[in-house]
Amino acid sequence: MERPRILEVERLAVELPKAADRVHAVEDVSLHVDSGEIVCVVGESGSGKSVTAYSVMGLLPPGQLTPVAGSIRLEGEELLGAKPRRLRELRGDRMAMVFQEPMTALNPVVRCGDQIDEVLRLHTRLDRKERHARILDILAQVHLPDPKRIAAAFPHQLSGGQRQRIMIAMALVLEPALLICDEPTTALDVTTQAQILRLVRELQEAHGTGVLFITHDFGVVAEIAHRVVVMEKGRIVESGTTEAILTRPQEPYTRMLIDAVPTLEPRPPLERGGTKVLSTERLEKTYQTGGFFRRGTAVHAVKGVDLRVDAGEIVGIVGESGSGKSTVARCIARLIEPTGGIVRLKDADLAQLKGRALRRHRRRVQIIFQDPYRSLNPRRTIGASLIEGPINYGETAEAAMAKARELLGFVGVDPNAIDRYPHQFSGGQRQRICIARALILEPELLIADEAVSALDVSVQAQVLRLLETIRERLGLAVLFITHDLRVAAQVCDRILVMRSGEVVETGPTAEVFAAPKHPYTKELFDAAPGRSWQFAKLAS
Amino acid sequence: MLGFLLRRIAATIPVLLMVAVFVFLMLRLTPGDPAAIIAGDNATPQQIVEIRERLGLEEPLHVQFAIWGGNLLRGDLGQSYFFRQPVTSLIAQRIEPTFSLAAVTIVITVLVAVPLGTLAAYRHGSWLDKFVMGFSVAGFSVPVFVVGYILIYVFAVELRWLPVQGFVSIREGFWPFMERMIMPATALAVIYIALIARMTRASVLEVLGEDYVRTARAKGQGEFKVLVNHALRNAAVPIVTVIGVGIALLIGGVVVTESVFNIPGLGRLTVNAVLARDYPTIQGVILLFSFLYVLINLLIDIAYLFLDPRIRY
Amino acid sequence: MSAAARPGLLRAVLAHGSVQVGGFILLVIALLGIFAPWISPLDPAFLDPTIRNRLPGFESTVLQPDGTLLTVTHWLGTDQLGRDLFTRVLYGARVSLIVGLTVAVIAVALGLVIGLIAGYVRWLDGAFMRVMDGLMAIPPILLALALVALWGAGLTTVIIAVAIPEVPRVVRLVRAVVLSVREEPYVEAAISLGTPTPLILTRHVLPNTVAPLIVQGTYVCASAILVEAILSFLGVGIPTDIPTWGNIMAEGRLLFRVFPHNILFPGVLLALTVLAVNMMGDGMRDTLDPKLARRV
Repeated sequence: MERPRILEVERLAVELPKAADRVHAVEDVSLHVDSGEIVCVVGESGSGKSVTAYSVMGLLPPGQLTPVAGSIRLEGEELLGAKPRRLRELRGDRMAMVFQEPMTALNPVVRCGDQIDEVLRLHTRLDRKERHARILDILAQVHLPDPKRIAAAFPHQLSGGQRQRIMIAMALVLEPALLICDEPTTALDVTTQAQILRLVRELQEAHGTGVLFITHDFGVVAEIAHRVVVMEKGRIVESGTTEAILTRPQEPYTRMLIDAVPTLEPRPPLERGGTKVLSTERLEKTYQTGGFFRRGTAVHAVKGVDLRVDAGEIVGIVGESGSGKSTVARCIARLIEPTGGIVRLKDADLAQLKGRALRRHRRRVQIIFQDPYRSLNPRRTIGASLIEGPINYGETAEAAMAKARELLGFVGVDPNAIDRYPHQFSGGQRQRICIARALILEPELLIADEAVSALDVSVQAQVLRLLETIRERLGLAVLFITHDLRVAAQVCDRILVMRSGEVVETGPTAEVFAAPKHPYTKELFDAAPGRSWQFAKLAS
Repeated sequence: MLGFLLRRIAATIPVLLMVAVFVFLMLRLTPGDPAAIIAGDNATPQQIVEIRERLGLEEPLHVQFAIWGGNLLRGDLGQSYFFRQPVTSLIAQRIEPTFSLAAVTIVITVLVAVPLGTLAAYRHGSWLDKFVMGFSVAGFSVPVFVVGYILIYVFAVELRWLPVQGFVSIREGFWPFMERMIMPATALAVIYIALIARMTRASVLEVLGEDYVRTARAKGQGEFKVLVNHALRNAAVPIVTVIGVGIALLIGGVVVTESVFNIPGLGRLTVNAVLARDYPTIQGVILLFSFLYVLINLLIDIAYLFLDPRIRY
Repeated sequence: MSAAARPGLLRAVLAHGSVQVGGFILLVIALLGIFAPWISPLDPAFLDPTIRNRLPGFESTVLQPDGTLLTVTHWLGTDQLGRDLFTRVLYGARVSLIVGLTVAVIAVALGLVIGLIAGYVRWLDGAFMRVMDGLMAIPPILLALALVALWGAGLTTVIIAVAIPEVPRVVRLVRAVVLSVREEPYVEAAISLGTPTPLILTRHVLPNTVAPLIVQGTYVCASAILVEAILSFLGVGIPTDIPTWGNIMAEGRLLFRVFPHNILFPGVLLALTVLAVNMMGDGMRDTLDPKLARRV
């Protein structure tokens, strides 16, 4: 049965401003969405997937990005060159959009119900009562508890997942023919992501909406898409049904992307046991708030965490935001002071050391952060950043420089680039430089705090391979903090699952993945997008 | 809510205390006999002895501060030996013209600056935006008395539309009041408009880049309502903050403007007191204005509660 | 991240239109002030009671010390004592520029030291900031007026009296920069590399304050020039025997309605100078530091 065509994009080209590195943001893009169908546009950053979505909505920043060729038809009506007034009539009524950041996409000073009401007032002639009924109805449809209370709430009183439900309610309240979702779950925790994906699917089926879904995550694609469009550098590389793209990709780029997705299959357990490098006992971190006239509250960020990392071992801490996993890392790196417990590094307890005594031990623990763009001082050459540590511990500049060059080569950055500044490197290269800076002090423990989370999937795979090499060649103990189960499965020998400051489950990765014991671990695993697909098996 | 109010009010106490300490120390750290400074240039030796005893100037510094602070809390700002009057009654006589001038200036400023800044932000990069930006740089650069004299020259001397100077209370009628108030208030408003138009433009410009503005457009909302309902409502907090901080600028301007337009207010009193080196009066005016500044900014903090639902407790 | 890290930044600053215009105006005014004795043959205090209140363009003859007669044109006319306004305005530029520059240097230096300490030594922060809050609650002109009244008028007093109220604003700026920079991962990385605190401050934190401080310094300079003129205009600033723009205007007040040029010319020059400094500040802010150095 032929379904009605909702959206038809033909040979779309959008021009970039003059100073950009290429002429077109997107070029020769053709795709279509039929009624009741979810089409995923997938690509890495800079692929032009979001530009395509904004072109359809007519929300490209004026003067910066201009559609110069092609056509976009919504239910047969041409949108390129349509009058602004007509576009405003269509937006919110026939086509609607859900954005990436639920935390900032809602107006913070307007009640949620009123923000949905705005759509109704703009596009319908319903009276107050009817509108109110519609609002409560749609809030119930997106499974928000107590719609009356939610309608009266301000956005900041709701969680990220709830806010994204409000956005979806706002988008769907007038039953548009087309829903555009721009990475709607990227900013959310994995369990919330699973719920939102389920919700989009459910409502889309119920209303027969056509959905254009933008994502960078093949797990999400596997979870939700009927058809897939793969984009790279502003062009469409390949498109087809989800089944076809995921199992029989024709283009090398698609194949590379899919290969780079870490498998949920855990690595085989480690044979040899190393010596114990790090252990914590009853590690605690409590933040005290309050003061005069305010009831003091204690926030227990970390509650009695015991962990152990041996030489040559990668131990992962997995958890969602607010689980306390990063706080554990920062306590061990002694960027913050634990409020209780022991941080034992071989023979020494670092937990309560201060000043000079602490500085003596600092070189033994090194940490790599999430954001490669802020981890290097932009005013200093990477050489100066690299030798800062050795010089602090009394090495000569020449010796440190020689070492720095050697390590740059080891992490895969051209040693001749040592006099360049951070902004001359890509995100992946900067993360390699940060790793080199950590290694130059020959630490006993390396902490990676979400070190690959900000990277595109293909770069992420390379950095993970580098960590792997480091562990094998240098026999380091590595503590690996991540929210991503796939990444944990790929690199960690053992994992700890944390929630609300506590370790709920721990064990060898293979065992935990094969038979999770704690209900939260199970929930976390069930939520992992695309878990039914065996990624990274294509290559073999 | 109540907790917030109490805490916010309590937070003003250290600030007011610091102001008091500064004003107290300023005199004590000046070389010379504080009693002689307070008494002024043509005081009798007997008056100086009297002051020395009343303020306990022979006592250690903290006792002096206690005596001085105690008087202050009782509303006793001391005696002006130059004007031969208590400072409080001097201030009371001259408070009305100053408040009238400040109030008219704030009204003119808000009416002009907020729409101007909003439009400039909306038409970012247009001639209107450039004009507003240019005006705000110029407004910061031209001293208030130069603007005042130019206004007097054009509207009072050449065109003879308005009386040159002076003050008439609003109780004598609105027009006679405004007739004399419009020029000084306009002169004073120039720098204030420059400040607030600039801030409004910056805040609205920032808010226009926010995700929720994009959301409003995605709903199909028209540009004017996007600007007013979404952008301006969210820009209100920084704008109101600057209106409060700018009060300090306004108070400084009042001193000069009153001198130019011969308005018998606190500004003129201050200048006369400085010329006569009448320290008790200067001290009284400083304490009063600092207290007002803290009070206004306290009220503005409380206004945040209504402007932004995120601010609680 | 920080724009100030881009190489070629100095060139970008110099290429900015308002920096060029402001810099040019300022250069001209500075040269006029520095070379005043060569530009005008007259002494700024020289008075000729026979030519009081003459309009711009009036010519007179002056008996020189060596006995010769010199014909001079009073380009801006003369004041009510018969002094050449043009000469006095030239010399007035000196005072304004000296006050502006000195105040900016003092306020920035003091503010930098206090701000660094407040931002990095956490237990001192509370006390320091309460002192600054108290200082900021006193309207700047009133504080300056009180200090001048107590210490007597004079160049040094005026400079100190104008500089003190500017300090808390600089402190707040520096402290804000320090607080945001110390959260940067590269500072945390330096901590775990074992870099001692003083080195972290000078190596990683201090460079971030330079750009906002230069911008803030120009604003302080502009504001100081204005406040000095206001103090002198009110008759409580620089002693009246020194020609400053404020003093010249104060003397012109009496006969303003008949001879407005006594106020107009120094007033325009004053506004132009402050405008030039502000334009340079705005231009530098646009290129160096678009986010932090907001006015007030």
